Amino acid sequence: MDKFTKLTGAACPIDQPNLNTDQILPARYLKWTRAMGIGKVLFQDLRFDADGKERPDFPINRPAWRSAKIVVGARNFGCGSSREAAVYALYDYGVRCVIAPSYGDIFSGNAIQNGLLTAIVTDEEAAEITAALNRTPDLPVTVDLEEQTIVCGNRTYKFSIDPVRRMRLLNGWDDIALTESYRDRIAAFKESDRAERPWAVPSAYS
Amino acid sequence: MNRPQTIIDKLWATHEIVCRDDGQSLLWVDRHYVHEGSFHAFGKLAERGVKVAEPGLTFGVADHYVPTRGSRRDIANPELARMVRQVEENTAQHGVKLFGLDDPRQGIVHVVGPEQGLTLPGLLVVCGDSHTSTHGALGAYAFGIGASEVAHVLMTQTIWQKKPPRMRITVDGRAAPGIAAKDIVLAIIAHVGADGATRHAIEFAGSAIRDLSVEGRLTLCNMSIEAGARCGMVAPDETTFAYLKGRPYAPKGEAFEKAVAEWSSLMTDADAQFDKEFRLDAKNIAPIVTWGTSPEDALPIDASVPDPAREPDDARASYLRGALEYMGIAPGRRLTDIAVDRVFIGSCTNSRIEDLRAAAAVLAGRKSKVPGLVSAGSTLIKLQAEQEGLDRIFRDAGLEWGESGCSMCVGINGDLVAPGERCASTTNRNFRGRQGPGARTHLMSPAMVAAAAVAGHLADVRPLLAGRKV
Repeated sequence: MDKFTKLTGAACPIDQPNLNTDQILPARYLKWTRAMGIGKVLFQDLRFDADGKERPDFPINRPAWRSAKIVVGARNFGCGSSREAAVYALYDYGVRCVIAPSYGDIFSGNAIQNGLLTAIVTDEEAAEITAALNRTPDLPVTVDLEEQTIVCGNRTYKFSIDPVRRMRLLNGWDDIALTESYRDRIAAFKESDRAERPWAVPSAYS
Repeated sequence: MNRPQTIIDKLWATHEIVCRDDGQSLLWVDRHYVHEGSFHAFGKLAERGVKVAEPGLTFGVADHYVPTRGSRRDIANPELARMVRQVEENTAQHGVKLFGLDDPRQGIVHVVGPEQGLTLPGLLVVCGDSHTSTHGALGAYAFGIGASEVAHVLMTQTIWQKKPPRMRITVDGRAAPGIAAKDIVLAIIAHVGADGATRHAIEFAGSAIRDLSVEGRLTLCNMSIEAGARCGMVAPDETTFAYLKGRPYAPKGEAFEKAVAEWSSLMTDADAQFDKEFRLDAKNIAPIVTWGTSPEDALPIDASVPDPAREPDDARASYLRGALEYMGIAPGRRLTDIAVDRVFIGSCTNSRIEDLRAAAAVLAGRKSKVPGLVSAGSTLIKLQAEQEGLDRIFRDAGLEWGESGCSMCVGINGDLVAPGERCASTTNRNFRGRQGPGARTHLMSPAMVAAAAVAGHLADVRPLLAGRKV
């Protein structure tokens, strides 16, 4: 997994509450492997109309935000389906950070697994950043994970993130290696658990 | 004296292998369900050249991509055929039991797990699907995970979690006739919001919850995720034990009795503290339908949709305008004036035998004014419904009686609502495009979908139940 330390880039505001993972990546692309270019269909049904024509009013279609590295969302960003491919789509499009007041729980977990930072700010701060970007679309935004700050024009905001997730992103750690270091503890747990909860093992089907 | 614990604390403690100073816990996974969508995770195992750690605790189903019409042995659509073949190969390669298309026990993962007695009280259950919260209905700690976590569980049978804040949702009182678990859960989501329970583990409690059958509890816990919750659960009781007794994979005989004795202690201690509480009186719950593009956009059937012009908050007004425009509904319109084009009865939310019976009770002797599809939650439920003659009622009403699968809930098996079409649906998500690009979804209970079918528009089921046995 790639590390995340500090990033400066274009930030695209998408001011929609409950922007669910079906919007980020419509279900019909779920059978795609990542190698098929899942980034190309990010926000597909929001970016394009039924005839495949670009919707010019959708933020990420605007010239200043077309190559956004940051998305500024509203509350409950990424709620809904557990599809990790929604994170692949954002990441492969080039997005490395989402800033929002709250996230779908499974989405933010998936994001961390793939090096995508989900920074938490207040509703007011998200609205302020969104307003600033709407006024000055090419305003560069800097996100610093070490400092936990977002610099947007002449304003600096502190963001929050779970400290464990912060360490994982800063170091590019992956779960499996950590889990492997507890191999003996897992084996011991399994043994004592089988004795304590014999019913937890599925009975043989006859 | 030990500190009083919630059921959530008890379940957590039983599964905790490691608790790190940084707040991360490594938990043991008792059941892991995989489906066609788990191919990303199996791919990660292949990359590392490793095998599934506990194939005996891992079970596969074919549900998301399976056709509900036409041949299932020889799937006409090559992409669907490939997805089904892939899960067959992945499970076979790792020695994982699959309830595939040739198995009479095939069905939707969140229907099959409880039905087969694989999901039990006290278990920790995961699956790469957000509606895994369903299994909490039996007193399990069950949650949806992403592909990386699926791979981690396949490789280690464990998962890293941070202990969630605990929330109790208490529904006391008695629900009026015609009010289903779906109405209760939609009422809850309308009150707390689509993020009202985000990150929380929920215990559903109160007399109206106790009164629910296991089927009803499955519907309730299924939709926990639509309030943002990590998981939702109901403490196991006599209703739970009676449901589980004799299920194929549940403990048998003396082992079952011993298990019941242990499961009986799985309840929240008196005076245990929750981080958040929400209460609702069941007697105030009317049949509920959604009007917008989030499950929180839910109202009693006798209400009217909001009018953005009367909304003082600009951001909220803008959201309402967008949602109503997508849904093709004029501001302030009465819900019962909204005509539907199609109905769907199915999905992991509402496709169990009781759901089918509730819809059939309304449809018996009546015609549907619109086309529609009924897809039972499992092939076994489909058979049972046919033995009870429910399929005849649906067919006589003019609805299609399909095979079992996720079908028109997620629209990836070919069952789609056409662009601009309006569907009264027993599913769980009214997101834009959820049932197909441009599709308009109204969520409601099976009986309410049947009422919409009979009326041709959103309608209160209660008058249609007069004089009928339900």
